[in-house]
Formats: sequence, structure tokens, C-alpha cells
Amino acid sequence: MKEISLHILDILQNSITAGASLVELCITEDAEKDIFKFYIKDNGKGMDKEFLKNVTSPFTTKRTTRKVGLGIPLLKLAAESTGGGINISSELGVGTTIEAVFSYSHIDRQPLGNIVDTMFTVITAYENTDFLYIHKSGDREFKFDTREIKKILGGVALSEPDVMAWLLDYLKEGEAGLTAE
Amino acid sequence: MKSLADLEEIRKKASAGVGMRKDTHATRIVVGMATCGIAAGARPVMTAFVEEIGKRNLEHVSVVQTGCIGVCRLEHIVEVMVPGEEKVTYVKMTPEKARKVVAEHIVNGNVVSEYTIGNAE
Ligand SMILES: Nc1ncnc2c1ncn2[C@@H]1O[C@H](COP(=O)(O)OP(=O)(O)OP(=O)(O)O)[C@@H](O)[C@H]1O
Ligand SMILES: [Mg+2]
Repeated sequence: MKEISLHILDILQNSITAGASLVELCITEDAEKDIFKFYIKDNGKGMDKEFLKNVTSPFTTKRTTRKVGLGIPLLKLAAESTGGGINISSELGVGTTIEAVFSYSHIDRQPLGNIVDTMFTVITAYENTDFLYIHKSGDREFKFDTREIKKILGGVALSEPDVMAWLLDYLKEGEAGLTAE
Repeated sequence: MKSLADLEEIRKKASAGVGMRKDTHATRIVVGMATCGIAAGARPVMTAFVEEIGKRNLEHVSVVQTGCIGVCRLEHIVEVMVPGEEKVTYVKMTPEKARKVVAEHIVNGNVVSEYTIGNAE
């Protein structure tokens, strides 16, 4: 995969498939400490210990449409190729947290890529799931919580065209604010 | 800069308009978002539609996503449903093609047949 934001999309979709009602994504970029990391935490159905042990193998999947699941193995590969790795903790009936750590400056570290598209996609595709998004870069931070957004909107749908346009701009401006001079 | 106060305004406007906007009169653009990594290419198509529609202030058009529409071989599938007309299915969509579909099909009412299923292969 060309972008870390595509790995993130994959892992977010795992959480949604697991029936999570709240998914938290936190990205931390720290060039000084040479760390690029993110974690995704959900309150979905979780995995049992036995399954968790093997989940980084492509042959571990609950998919019925094909025999291999690639989301987690690909993320693992990407992180390890920079000298980092992944860590997954999960509890049945409680939820799952997956963390990926990359070396920030490593030549093989993919760029974050279009994280705005990733967040916009999941937020508007899964209106019944709430997302908490935090992106830290150096000493700046952008935070976005769909629970807050939905409260303001009352009953107005996220799929309302005006709301969608607002969401997209708000996310773009929030991200741009992390790197602006 | 967009703020949460702008969102509050949007809510007021939308709630005041409830009942006026009959969804049966609205054009729907449905973007297929497979969960199998193909979503990668569908993301920019989706955002291109939303941007273009926002830019042109097309209030009667909504963009929605759906799971895999089925024909993964022809990935990046988009369906355009204009009330009173037959559904049009576009395949192999890109952000550029999405903008053209808005300009030609949604605004001017001319189906972009070169992107439709059957012609795009
Ligand atoms: N957040 C999660 N909560 C519960 N189960 C999970 C979670 N993430 C992954 N799993 C389990 O681990 C399996 C492997 O996940 P992985 O992303 O590697 O592959 P996949 O989702 O099956 O297929 P692909 O990602 O290639 O579409 C999943 O099928 C699912 O059973
Ligand atoms: Mg997966």
C-alpha cells in the first residue's frame, strides 16, 4: 500500500465489521523522537486469545468471500520494514486496540497520505458508528469527535449535502493547520 | 475557516427546510465502496463528487456510499439516479471523471456514455 492512511482505512473497517459503536483513532507524529505511530481502539466484539495469537497471519480471517485476510498482516509488514512493529490487545465482548509504530525518518516509511479522505469516507459511510479522531504532530493537535458534531446537528443527517461539504472542509482545514507556518 | 458555528447554521437551515425538500425529487449519486482495499480508489471519487457539488451549490443532489455493488472487476462504480430517469451506472471512475459527470450529466442532463458500463471497457 502506498499510504498509511489506506492501512488505517482497512483497520477502521475491521472495527466496524466487529460491530463497534465507537472507534478512536489517534495518530502521533514526532520527528524529534523519530516516531510515527497510531492506534485504533474500538468497543466491538473483540477476539479470543487463541484467535489473537494468529491474527497477524494472513490465513487467519473470518471472511467468507476469500481465504486470506490481509489488513493486519500488511500493516505489520509495513511497520516492521521501518524497524517498528504492531501490537494488538483484545478482549472478547469488550473491544480491540491495535497500535502500529514506525520509524519516522525511515526511507521505507510510507507517507500518511490522504487521511482526510479516509476519515471522511468512514464518517459518512457509517453514520451509526461514532469516531474520535486525534492527530498530533509535533506540539500541534487536531481533534474531531462525531459525537460532538451529531449533537450540534440534532437530527440532521451527516449525509445532508451541506453537512458533507462542511465536514470535508473542516477536516481539510484541521489537517492543514498541523503543518501551516 | 469552517467552524462549529457554521455547522449550527447549517442545522438551522436544514431543519427549517424539513418537509420542503422531498427526497423523491432529489438526484442521488451512489458510490460503491468495497471493503476489500478497493475502497482506496473510491475515496477520492467520493470526495470529488462532494466537492464539485458543493462548489456548484447543487442542493438537490446527495452523495451516498454503499458496500461493494458486486462487480469488483469494474471497480470504482458509481450510480447516478435522476428522478424520472433510468439509473445510469458508471465504471472505472476517477476524480476527474467524477467532475465531468457532475458537469455533463447532473448539470446539463447529458449522460456521459463513454464512462458507462459496457462502454468503458
Ligand atoms: N477490531 C477487530 N475486532 C474484532 N475482530 C477483528 C478486529 N480486527 C480484525 N479482527 C479479526 O481478525 C481477522 C483478520 O483481520 P484482517 O484485517 O487481517 O483481515 P480481514 O479483515 O479478514 O480481511 P481484509 O482486511 O483483507 O479485508 C478478521 O477477519 C476478524 O475476524
Ligand atoms: Mg480487515
